This record gives sequence, structure tokens and C-alpha cells, in this order.
Amino acid sequence: MSQNTEKHTPLLQVIDLHTSFKTDKGEVKAVNGVTYTLEEGKSLGIVGESGSGKSVSAYSIMQILDGNGHITQGKVLFKGEDITKYTPKQMEDFRGRHCAMIFQDPMTSLNPVYTVGNQIMEAITTHNKVSKEEARKKAQEMLELVGINDAPRRLKQYPHELSGGMRQRVMIAMALVSEPSILIADEPTTALDVTIQAQILELMMELQKKLGMAIIIVTHDLGVIAQMSDEIVVMYGGRICERGTAEDIFYNPCHEYTKGLLRSIPSVSNMKKKLIPIAGTPINLLNMPKGCAFCARCDNAMKICLTQVPEEVRIDKTHLASCWINIRDNKYLHDEEAEVKA
Amino acid sequence: MSSEYLVEVKDLKQYFPIRTGFMKTTLLKAVDGVNFGIKPGETLGLVGESGCGKTTVGRTLLRLYKPTGGEIYYDGELITDQNMIKYRPKMQMVFQDPYSSLDPRMTVEEIIGEPLDVHKLYSNSKERREKILGLMELVGLNAEHATRYVHEFSGGQRQRIGIARALAVDPRFIVCDEAVSALDVSIQAQVINMFEELQEKLGVAYLFIAHDLLVVRHISDRIAVMYLGRVVETADADELYDSPIHPYTQSLLSAVPIPDPNIAKSSKRIILEGDVPSPLRMPSGCAFRTRCRFATEKCAQECPSLTDRGNGHMVACWNK
Ligand SMILES: Nc1ncnc2c1ncn2[C@@H]1O[C@H](COP(=O)(O)OP(=O)(O)O)[C@@H](O)[C@H]1O
Ligand SMILES: Nc1ncnc2c1ncn2[C@@H]1O[C@H](COP(=O)(O)OP(=O)(O)O)[C@@H](O)[C@H]1O
Ligand code: SF4
Ligand code: SF4
Ligand SMILES: [Mg+2]
Ligand SMILES: [Mg+2]
Repeated sequence: MSQNTEKHTPLLQVIDLHTSFKTDKGEVKAVNGVTYTLEEGKSLGIVGESGSGKSVSAYSIMQILDGNGHITQGKVLFKGEDITKYTPKQMEDFRGRHCAMIFQDPMTSLNPVYTVGNQIMEAITTHNKVSKEEARKKAQEMLELVGINDAPRRLKQYPHELSGGMRQRVMIAMALVSEPSILIADEPTTALDVTIQAQILELMMELQKKLGMAIIIVTHDLGVIAQMSDEIVVMYGGRICERGTAEDIFYNPCHEYTKGLLRSIPSVSNMKKKLIPIAGTPINLLNMPKGCAFCARCDNAMKICLTQVPEEVRIDKTHLASCWINIRDNKYLHDEEAEVKA
Repeated sequence: MSSEYLVEVKDLKQYFPIRTGFMKTTLLKAVDGVNFGIKPGETLGLVGESGCGKTTVGRTLLRLYKPTGGEIYYDGELITDQNMIKYRPKMQMVFQDPYSSLDPRMTVEEIIGEPLDVHKLYSNSKERREKILGLMELVGLNAEHATRYVHEFSGGQRQRIGIARALAVDPRFIVCDEAVSALDVSIQAQVINMFEELQEKLGVAYLFIAHDLLVVRHISDRIAVMYLGRVVETADADELYDSPIHPYTQSLLSAVPIPDPNIAKSSKRIILEGDVPSPLRMPSGCAFRTRCRFATEKCAQECPSLTDRGNGHMVACWNK
């Protein structure tokens, strides 16, 4: 890691991020020490079950948390600069220019009372000094960019007149107006049917190639993650279980939770094979265990897991995992090797 | 009439009158001539995009709606117009959102006990209690849960309560409508295994409706694919996934993201253009023709019926 930063500055580095919410019932520690790096033009997938802190970690980067939520610790470096120290004005600029976000429900970004054209044009004129006519032309180009054919007609329509897939395209067009270097997509296809999902995922990959932007895709769907990600971060209980390339995570999972997740879906090689579920029920963030967050559901939990949060160790050049099993079994690179590899 | 099927539908139709203007109604053909059969102890998967009529098939089949046309058979008996009292216990349904289908003011014991009361399935209160506890054990709930309320349970546990209730009347057939769709994968696997174990133990048959095509392939013996109110293809689960014939099935299956990076990144997708047409403006002939790469003139004129392409692999297409 340290050698890397000397050679070049990654596009985005999230370092030991903690985010919590104040509630009547106490402090909800939604994100508890999340660290990852996003390189220019690459795709990073964040996967985990509902409530594992995927969305909150993404909202933390954008600083669009609900009023009762705060980053309590850690840094987010954009091209080396800590954006958690930004003023609200600087943050607005960051969101407008460098990093855009799309959501599961396009109506999060779209206003039902304005036409599609008005909204895209507004997004254009907020960030660029252009005439109304230029803005209209650009809006039309944006719709064409996201594969909407009869753009002039669509510009005049209201969001409710569009199908779900079409609305998703409009939201993507709006997000890309400023040609951001990062697009964060939070469950962008979860509400869509599989054939429309395929259209949208294909569009995102195509746009990524064309515009060279990096993508963070947040999803609970292991298929979407496998298709879309160069690198994957697996989360549980607000912590990272493991991270690595898509191949590391799917072909050499090194955290008991990841292993459990992959065993609980139908196996591609043998569809009729009995599923092996993860026992127990999801974690309660108001009552986080002292040690490993997954402990209560882990078949292989050891004594140390109860009391100590597992250390993150390097399994391979690209692959890091936070599970005591790797340390017990000596399945990680020792300091010297790790440094050479990293 | 004797039949190899426990449940069979022939040319099932369900049209909903929809107001489309002042004094004007249009018939929405939610289900338009569906045929299939389910053998005892078998699982038929039903897939297709939202709005294609899966839920309506399930509900009409159980006579929760009065069918507009067609025939429904249970164990060889025509039940399309029969009083359902006799058949209701044999044919049950489990929903996606157990919360909305379970009364929040009732304890688990009361929820599971209700169908026992309605159909008078015990002779004394001791037997009633034993039955309830037996059902809870069957679906993996603890006896101490009996006095709790639904909101005290997680999604997976609620689904178990819904299933215990459905099983209380000793059904031979259950429609599972998106019964695992709202659950996280790790919990989903628990519930899927439970469905499979119940089938092994009790021999129940399922109509399994879900939009996760890998889950459907895993659990089903046979699968029927629907598009705009019609079944376009049915086959054994593996046969359907390995060699789909209908152009819609082909693109539907190719669109599924496979949870394996090498396969997912290298597989060829047949991306469909556009959206499903509104069921109020159904295309003439084959309803898929507006999105089909193989459409010809004939497809606009006449609707293809299912024909057998060998081994019970049925396809409704003029050109494939
Ligand atoms: N405004 C909020 N107040 C309190 N808790 C919150 C708030 N927003 C999110 N949370 C909690 O943070 C946790 C993580 O949520 P989220 O990041 O949305 O999970 P995911 O996206 O992985 O499903 C959840 O337990 C959620 O209830
Ligand atoms: N009770 C109803 N009244 C009117 N239209 C309905 C009703 N139920 C379903 N529909 C319509 O019938 C079609 C099929 O719906 P549904 O069976 O719910 O599809 P699926 O379960 O495959 O998503 C849809 O167009 C839906 O809007
Ligand atoms: S650290 Fe321990 S409890 Fe946690 S996943 Fe690894 S083995 Fe299981
Ligand atoms: S009948 Fe015609 S339009 Fe329909 S699927 Fe076959 S080729 Fe396509
Ligand atoms: Mg989320
Ligand atoms: Mg439905």
C-alpha cells in the first residue's frame, strides 16, 4: 500500500471510515472501519446483506447522510485530498463535478413536477455557463448517450410517463452531465426486471469505457457484483470482511462469511446441489459483539473471535481478509513477503 | 377422469375490466389461455417479467378469482365451478411479504391455530396445541415462539410462520408467490431448504413463482415461462436452461447475471430492445413480436400455440 502511494495517487481512498447515527435507542454504528481504494476507470463492487452498511458507506463519501448521521472517524481521499475536511461549498462542487450518484429508485433524483428536459437542463446550467439553447442541445445529447432514441420527445415528458428502465436511464444521464470521474451506483437495478437490468448494466459498462469513469456499485446481488466488478469489497455488520479482485473473492474466499454467502446460492456447476444456508439471523447494530461481527453465525468461530476484532491480513498481492482462521492456519503473507508483493 | 396431474389448468383465462375513459372499459388480459399440469410432489417454476400474470395465474388457480375462462382440475376433478370448501385445505398459498398476510394482533399460536379451527381439524384443545407445536417444529420455529407476535420476528422467521399456517390444513399443493424474494440470500437458503425438506417429507407439490431465475432453476422440476399473459415455453428445468428455444426465453436467461466472474464477464447477452408493451394494448398475434429478432409477417397475424418439440419441451413460436 505505502509503496503504491509513492508511485501514484489513487483516485479515491477510503481509510478507516466510521459512520454512526444518533437514535432514540442509542448510537447505531452503521460503518465501523471501512478501507478501500478505487483506481481511475475501474469498477469496485460493494456486496453484503441488507443493513450491512453498504449504502451508508457510499453516502458518507458523498456526505449526503441523514441529519442524525456523522462520520466519526477516518478519511476519504479524493486524488490525495481529504474531502471529509471540505467545507459544504467545496463538497457541493465535489458532488457536482467529480462524483455523481444514482439510486435504486430514480425518483430520488427526479422531480415529478418538471419535465425530463427541464431537469437535465437545470443540472447542466448549474455547473456550466451555457445558453438555454446550448443546454437543450446538451440535454438531448445526454439522452442519446444513455440510449434513449426519440430524445426530443422524451425531453418534453414527465418522469411518470416513462417506464422504470427509461427513468433509470434519465437519472444516469443527469448524473453524467458533468462528466464525473466517479459514479456511485446504489442498487441501480434492484427494482428492475432482469432483461431491463441487463440493458442498464450494459449501458453502465459502455459509458464507463467511453468516458473512462470509475464506478462504485453497491448491491446485494452476487450475480451483478460478479458481472460488474474488477474489485470487490464484502461487508458484514458495517465492517469489511474481505476485499480483492472479483476472482479472489469468488474463487478463493478467505472469510467465513464470504464462504457462507457463496454456499447459500445455487451453485453454477451443479444447480441441484443442496444449498448450505448461514445459520442464525442478521446482526443488531445497536448491540455489536466485541469481537468478529459474524461470530454468532459462524460455524468455525474460535475463542479469540468472541473478544477480538479480526486483524486484516494480506492473503495475496490483491487480496486482504479479516478472519482469524487465516491467522490460525497461517494462510497469509508474512510481513516481508507482503511488503515485496504490495 | 383420472390424470397423472394433481393440479392442471387448461386454457385458463383471467380478464380484468379496466376503466380507460368515461363509460369505457377495456379488458386487461392478465392471463390469456394458460395450460400446464403439476404432478404430486413436483415443483413447477413460473417465471417471467413483472406484470406478465404469474400472481394472477396462482390466484385464479386457487379460485381466489373467478376465472374468465378455461378449466381447473384438482386430482382429476373439474373444480372450475365447484364450491371450494372441500378443496381449500388441499390448495394453499404463501406470499412474498409475510407481514402483510399475517395479522399483527395475533400470536404465532393463534395464527397457526386459525385454519385448524376453521376446518375443525382437532378433537380437543390438547390435540390442537400438539398440532400447532408440531407444525412449528416442522418449519424450524421454537416452541417458546408460540406466544409472540409477528413483529418480533425477522423476515425469514415470518416466512416460516406463514408456511406453518399454510401447512396446518395438510395441503397437497402450495402456490409460493415470491415467497423467498424479500429475503437476504443467507436466509433465503434456509427457507428454500425448508420447502425442499417439506416436499420430501410430505410430498406436497409447489407452483413456485419467483423472479430470481437461478433460485427457480434450483428448486423446480419443470419450468414455465410467461410473457404477457401466455406461457411461451415449458420444459424440464435443466433442459430449459441448457437449451431454451423460444426467443424470449433465450434473452431472459441470457440476461441473468451469473455469480461467477469468469462466466458473467464472458457470457453473451441477448439484450432486448425496449420494454414490455402495456397489456391494455397487446400486440396482435404473438405478443412478443414487437421485441423479437425473428418476427415475420405471420407472427403479427396469428398467435402460436405450444407445440411439443420432444420430451415434453413445449414451445409457442412460429419460427423456432
Ligand atoms: N438515518 C438513520 N438512522 C438510524 N440508522 C440508520 C439510518 N440510516 C441507516 N441506518 C442504519 O444503518 C445500517 C446500515 O444501513 P445501510 O447502509 O442502508 O445498509 P445496506 O445498504 O447495506 O442495506 C442499518 O442498520 C440502518 O438501519
Ligand atoms: N385485481 C386486478 N385488477 C386489475 N388488473 C390486475 C389485477 N391484478 C393484476 N392485474 C394486472 O394484470 C397483469 C398481471 O399482473 P400479475 O399477475 O400481478 O403479474 P406478475 O405477478 O407476473 O407480476 C398486470 O398488468 C396487472 O396490472
Ligand atoms: S473471525 Fe472467527 S467468527 Fe469471524 S468469520 Fe473468522 S472464524 Fe468466523
Ligand atoms: S412467433 Fe414470431 S414473434 Fe413470436 S417469438 Fe416466434 S418468431 Fe418471435
Ligand atoms: Mg442499501
Ligand atoms: Mg406477482
